[in-house]
Amino acid sequence: MLESYLGAGLMLLLAIGIAVGMVVMTSFLGPKRQFADKMEPFECGESPIVSPHQRFSVKFYLVAVLFVLFDIEAVFFFPWAILFKQLGIFGFVEMLLFILILGVGLLYVWKRGGLDWE
Amino acid sequence: MELLIFYPLAGLCVIFALGVVFNKNPIGSAMSLIAMMLGLAGIFVLQQAHFIAILQIIIYAGAIMVLFMFVIMLLNLKGDDAVWKKREKNTLLTVLTGLLIAGVLYKVLEITSAGEFDSPAHVLETFGTVREVGTILFTEFVLPFEVASILLLVAMIGAVVLAKSKVD
Amino acid sequence: MIDNTIEFLEPYTYLIIGSIKALVIAGALMGVVPGLVWLERRLMGRFQVRLGPNRVGPFGLGQPISDSIKLLFKESIIQSSADKFLFHLAPAIVVFTSIVAFAVIPFGEPITIFGQKIGLLVADVNIGLLFVFAISGMGIYGIVLAGFSSNNKYSLMGGLRSSAQMISYELTLGLAAVSVIAITGSLSLTDMVKGQEVIPNILIQPLAFLLFFTAGVAETNRAPFDLPEAEQELVAGFHTEYSGMKFAMFFMGEYINMVTMSALITLLFLGGWNAYGLPLWPILAFAGKVAVLLCVFIWLRSTYPRIRYDRLMTFGWKFLLPLSLFNLLVTSVFVVL
Repeated sequence: MLESYLGAGLMLLLAIGIAVGMVVMTSFLGPKRQFADKMEPFECGESPIVSPHQRFSVKFYLVAVLFVLFDIEAVFFFPWAILFKQLGIFGFVEMLLFILILGVGLLYVWKRGGLDWE
Repeated sequence: MELLIFYPLAGLCVIFALGVVFNKNPIGSAMSLIAMMLGLAGIFVLQQAHFIAILQIIIYAGAIMVLFMFVIMLLNLKGDDAVWKKREKNTLLTVLTGLLIAGVLYKVLEITSAGEFDSPAHVLETFGTVREVGTILFTEFVLPFEVASILLLVAMIGAVVLAKSKVD
Repeated sequence: MIDNTIEFLEPYTYLIIGSIKALVIAGALMGVVPGLVWLERRLMGRFQVRLGPNRVGPFGLGQPISDSIKLLFKESIIQSSADKFLFHLAPAIVVFTSIVAFAVIPFGEPITIFGQKIGLLVADVNIGLLFVFAISGMGIYGIVLAGFSSNNKYSLMGGLRSSAQMISYELTLGLAAVSVIAITGSLSLTDMVKGQEVIPNILIQPLAFLLFFTAGVAETNRAPFDLPEAEQELVAGFHTEYSGMKFAMFFMGEYINMVTMSALITLLFLGGWNAYGLPLWPILAFAGKVAVLLCVFIWLRSTYPRIRYDRLMTFGWKFLLPLSLFNLLVTSVFVVL
């Protein structure tokens, strides 16, 4: 069982090697001709006026929270789907209840305008 | 063989955990935390807890940390920020947290040194697989499972109420 | 001498085979990217009634190779206010996650060489599908970091937008996969192919296929969901500040993700390496299906206009997510009856 993860581990090390290798290689191979104007953030040829670090719309935060909640829900589905055929009608009722409770949540979020993106 | 993988992994976890605490840049701290969680997932795999390992990555490293990142970016916390640097240092809280962690560590050491742990537990081949975890979850622990859905519902409502309430 | 060597290597057979497999797969993935770039440029050319690259080598095949050599020797500019470490880390994460995710993708029945049973995949994990979701989910951080470390408002906005897009569509991707799992009863990708020996899942689960495919296109940030690029409003999104090979690494990640996603769709819905009566080697059947899906990805890009960001988010949350929940309910009713 553990052996099968060995392959994943090897691939992991190899991928780290490739990714780091490429970044290091490109940093050394290319020419380096630096001057002040070139090193400025891209702004279509103008000097940037506004700092990029402004506060963002709370919508992104809401999307992230909802994602966490629904992701946890989805994770519950995976073992359920595997066992579904064994659990039969009991498993079905179980999951129906689960989906309904969360469906109410989704409906509430929807009605409160949590999914609107104006 | 197992120890050969365990010690580097555990070492990396400790290093990244320290990275979370000592990093000046909040985004750097968050990245260290993600790396530490991946290391923990590796340790879970060593303990034959495959499903827990993958959940560790999907939920913690994949979902909750995205939320952390978004919050850091929303609040626009930067390492060189004056507010961030001048944040109040609460000595009492620091000492209390330190004491708490020391207590937990002491208890863990006490338990691990008392028990017999030299033989790697004889577990079945199927132990820790998704099927096994699911069987227990959907038969023995049905009620906690359904209660979890209500917990998620409450969290959902809370998030919307917080984000959508009008602040004047 | 040779006997001694073999005896010495005996306990490490698994390690050696694993390393070789990892090297071959990673090499193949790196090699497939220029080929795919060439294919895309040629096909796009045809779709737009022009020739596409045709000067370097026969059929312009040398073009992607010369491009990658050129990119490698270009200056990689790091603008002065960028966060240097995170700026380097971001493209590395993108390439790293895309390669690792492919480790659990099987592309044929296990074969036997020298009495050793060798599965045609790097890591035969029994939770293959979850592994792909978990690792490719990590790719988000590459994009977030690229946007954050560049210290440029276009990058930041692009990074934030595309990460919000990716997490939104990840849900649909997962839920559409759940209904297939409910039919197969396993998370192992090999078992899923075995379950489709008679009829492919696309005929049983057409809705799930459409949901999965749509979410898959959005996950890989391909047109019409290539909002992070949106050059009309965000210059180039999260990779505005990147140049040289680091710029190319984001595209490498995107193309490898495209291959992984096509392979995943093939395994889940199109019957994997089952040829259904056609006289084809299993590997060829698999590769053929993946190639067709890749062409569909390119075809979509030249057919559909990019959709607006608010429409994209509303589409994901108000249409795809409820629909995938509904599909799951219907599937479970059918399975339980």
